Amino acid sequence: MSQITTHAEYLDPILAHYKLNQHNLLQMLREAQEHFGYIHPEAIDYLEQQLQLPRSMVEGVASFYSLLYLQPHGEYRVLFSDNITDRMLGNMDLMESMCGQLWVEAGKVSEDGLVSINTTSCTGMCDQGPAVLINNIAINHLTQDRINSLCELIRERVPLSGWPLEFFAIEDNIHKKDILLDSNFKFGSALAEVLQRSSEEILQEIKTSKLRGRGGAGFSTGSKWEFCRTAPGAQHYVVCNADEGEPGTFKDRVLLNSYADMVFEGMTICAHVIGAKKGFIYLRGEYRYLLDHLHAILQRRRQQSLLGNNILGYTDFNFDIEIHLGAGAYICGEESALIESLEGKRGTPRNRPPFPVTSGYLNQPTVVNNVETFAAASLIGLHGGAWYANIGTETSSGTKILSVSGDCAHPGLYEYPFGVTVAQVLADCGAKNTQAVQISGPSGICIAANEFERRIAFDDLPTAGAFMVFDQSRDMFEVARNFVHFFKHESCGFCTPCRVGTSLLSNMMNKLANGHGSPYDFAEIEKLNELLLSTSHCGLGHSACNPVLDTIAKFRPAYDKRLTHKEYIPAFDLDYALSQARQMTGRDDTGAHLERIHVSK
Amino acid sequence: MNMSTKPKLRIATATLAGCFGCHMSFLDIDERLFDLMELVEFDRSPLTDIKTCGPCDIGLIEGGLCNAENVHVLREFRANCKILVAVGACAINGGLPAQRNHLSLSMILEEVYHAQHGLVDGFIPNDPELPLPLDQVHPIHEVVKVDYFIPGCPPSGDAIWKVLTDLIAGREPELGHGLVHYD
Amino acid sequence: MSQNSNTPHNKNQTTFTLDGKTIPFSEGQTIIQAAMAAGEYIPHLCFNPEFKPHGSCKICTVTANGRQTASCTQQPQVDMMVESDTKQINDERRALLQMLFVEGNHFCPSCEKSGDCQLQATAYELDMMSPHFDHFSPNRPLDASHGEYLLDFNRCILCSLCARASSDVDGKNVFSLAGRGIKTHLIVNSKSGKLADTDFTGDDKAAHVCPVGVIIKKRVGFAVPIGKRSFDEHPISATPHPIVKGAI
Repeated sequence: MSQITTHAEYLDPILAHYKLNQHNLLQMLREAQEHFGYIHPEAIDYLEQQLQLPRSMVEGVASFYSLLYLQPHGEYRVLFSDNITDRMLGNMDLMESMCGQLWVEAGKVSEDGLVSINTTSCTGMCDQGPAVLINNIAINHLTQDRINSLCELIRERVPLSGWPLEFFAIEDNIHKKDILLDSNFKFGSALAEVLQRSSEEILQEIKTSKLRGRGGAGFSTGSKWEFCRTAPGAQHYVVCNADEGEPGTFKDRVLLNSYADMVFEGMTICAHVIGAKKGFIYLRGEYRYLLDHLHAILQRRRQQSLLGNNILGYTDFNFDIEIHLGAGAYICGEESALIESLEGKRGTPRNRPPFPVTSGYLNQPTVVNNVETFAAASLIGLHGGAWYANIGTETSSGTKILSVSGDCAHPGLYEYPFGVTVAQVLADCGAKNTQAVQISGPSGICIAANEFERRIAFDDLPTAGAFMVFDQSRDMFEVARNFVHFFKHESCGFCTPCRVGTSLLSNMMNKLANGHGSPYDFAEIEKLNELLLSTSHCGLGHSACNPVLDTIAKFRPAYDKRLTHKEYIPAFDLDYALSQARQMTGRDDTGAHLERIHVSK
Repeated sequence: MNMSTKPKLRIATATLAGCFGCHMSFLDIDERLFDLMELVEFDRSPLTDIKTCGPCDIGLIEGGLCNAENVHVLREFRANCKILVAVGACAINGGLPAQRNHLSLSMILEEVYHAQHGLVDGFIPNDPELPLPLDQVHPIHEVVKVDYFIPGCPPSGDAIWKVLTDLIAGREPELGHGLVHYD
Repeated sequence: MSQNSNTPHNKNQTTFTLDGKTIPFSEGQTIIQAAMAAGEYIPHLCFNPEFKPHGSCKICTVTANGRQTASCTQQPQVDMMVESDTKQINDERRALLQMLFVEGNHFCPSCEKSGDCQLQATAYELDMMSPHFDHFSPNRPLDASHGEYLLDFNRCILCSLCARASSDVDGKNVFSLAGRGIKTHLIVNSKSGKLADTDFTGDDKAAHVCPVGVIIKKRVGFAVPIGKRSFDEHPISATPHPIVKGAI
């Protein structure tokens, strides 16, 4: 990185841009890192002084987000996406190859400070994996050849701006379009319709449409907007949750890449209904590459009078949208954690009630909706609630965009009216010999072949969109283990059961994987599952056990074959535990070893 | 053999990585030892100097696992004792010896046998008679299944007496306030 | 559709039941606050009656109208049925305590706070005989830089009471949580990371709220001998306010 003598040089413009507002702390830290490669202690000195924030708070925030670094992490920071779908495409071998070529151990920084290589949670590129982030920019379709080229570019210290453009190509991969993806939406069209009518009427249209939140929970969008609209507050806020962190989900990436106007317009309609002047998009840090594109669209919309003051000439309708980037924290997809993060804090879920609709951003009434929900709101604004309610099923109106990945011929986006069967999706995406489908990601549900006639709908299989396919060759225990590791990595650490329990669960799954399992461990896993479910603070802890519970229930043989011992045996390898002593003493006699299991003399 | 109608229970005891404090505390049951001797007989124990453990009803383990020999003894107890009881802080969480766990064993051996001030020609003992140390000290439940625990450093004579008499009578052992102590 | 439908009809008679006992409560009180005011004990660690409830340790988990929730943050409703002292809930609390014990390095025999420690006393109360899980044995160096106090992070349970006291009462922000997940840890507000380089003093509220043995006043540790300390004399459930005599 460039030799900057005073951190003020690059921090001053950042601080000025964010108006020294401490709620923008996360944004400032992220941009500081983009300039310097990591957040230098002296940069923190300067932020502390300029923002009048305690240093411990700045460090507390920075250390919460996995894409921010408080120590040097190499000029090139390589993060391999480690979703199960990346694993299935061979990401571990590629990472090993890269580590070998660049002389660096995974998880460490090379001695010359050139490069660090590690894994990260799913980067939302499952349809075009294996994927990496390099200095937070996505590169997909990794092959051995591409890895070799990357290694060379890194060794030659070529700046990312000089790398072949095709490396950064990201495809939409839309395979099936319905009302949303096939809408040929013209920007401003929905807003022009909507603004001719009162906000009450539009709220009624949204309620009539029976639109439900597309983030997975399925709360009525009309009710949410109404609660927020009637909640007292000096300001009301619209927040678009684009922290698409659920492994296996990538529809918001495509919506923001190719349908951003629909999303922004939906937010503006929401602002009209709830009386908001300001909106935020919380974009996951892994989608950093979309930032300039989205800023350009926002700017265009301002010029077209679709944002800003007196929108489309309507006096007193003032609304604008700001983009906040996350920095690697799945928990920020939880709406109250997202709001904390928007306020520049650690992404810890709040105690609820109060809910965001009455006390959200800066404790003001706030609507938080998914990207797809806002896009659907644009359609409803254009065509009316009754039209929308007619599509889909009784309980689930409209369409759902599925992010299909894993063992199928055509991974990508598929939009269906609600009510489509899993079997239909599998047929359309070219899946063969399917053993299981993980619906809605690790926090969702894993279904086996005898359930493929079940339907995507809120009253059967609710989903945020992920649809990961596993064929008969896959080991469902390893799928669950990958998901358990994910939850452990993403636990915010606030509550005891999730903080410690996800680590214990992960250790126990490793114990089984290492061949140290017995029925005793199995009972322990079931006990931990129950504890996490009943005592965790938020949905992450509650759902951290889902992958294990589902796979135990449906793919029991994958577990049984790992319960290789009848009696309890230790999780750690006793003989290995003597290896340091053997090395130090030079001994290798029989007394210098321990059997794994007890042998009677 | 004793002529009482009920056969005496056999008890074995051992100290692993501990200080014998728990055994000393066991002796603090004082004159109740006479009552106990009416009910039990001792197999392997520092009290009998018997070196190997035969089939027993109850095994009492003091201390955690810091070396290979500790593991052998613990396994011998688990294989031979119907009920295995962890006695005292070290058996239960590693105790004082486990406070080395955040240091690497190589570093510790290096420091003790090579680097320490005043050592001349120090070397790390490598006689095959000596048990090798484990890289970390473990409480016994991390290596074998343990049936009951008597916490304390050491547990009081009363606590040990309560658990033993409960077990001998076939009751689920219960300590309650005043007898449960970790210090 | 109002969200405020639980406003009591008669402010003088709002009650709920806790394990069959009638507990009065007033607007804004949470279950544990009302229970404490009525002299009832619900096990807890991160809750301290002097501070805003936090809800992180989950030891105070109860069943309220059939749903499990943290009693320090959950407000009661009229006639709510709250269960606390049941086998199932106590089993879960014990497991949570065991998690806290294996997560850190808790060696009671060598801890100055032993006998005055709420973690230990709560574990006694819930008959915790062993830590059950495998130990994490983390490496957490202690900070003895300050002249009057030392910080032994090995014992931290991340309740954040010191952080809350320092920011809310002392106006100082000496302590904060950093990191995420199992790597969450306590830090102090100085570039060196040392307590001596902060504005912490023994007069701070933060110096006196640690429920365990992290924030330790030097040179008084064993003034009261082990065996004669707060929770040696009375179980924590019979100690009205969890203010520990060894701390000052």
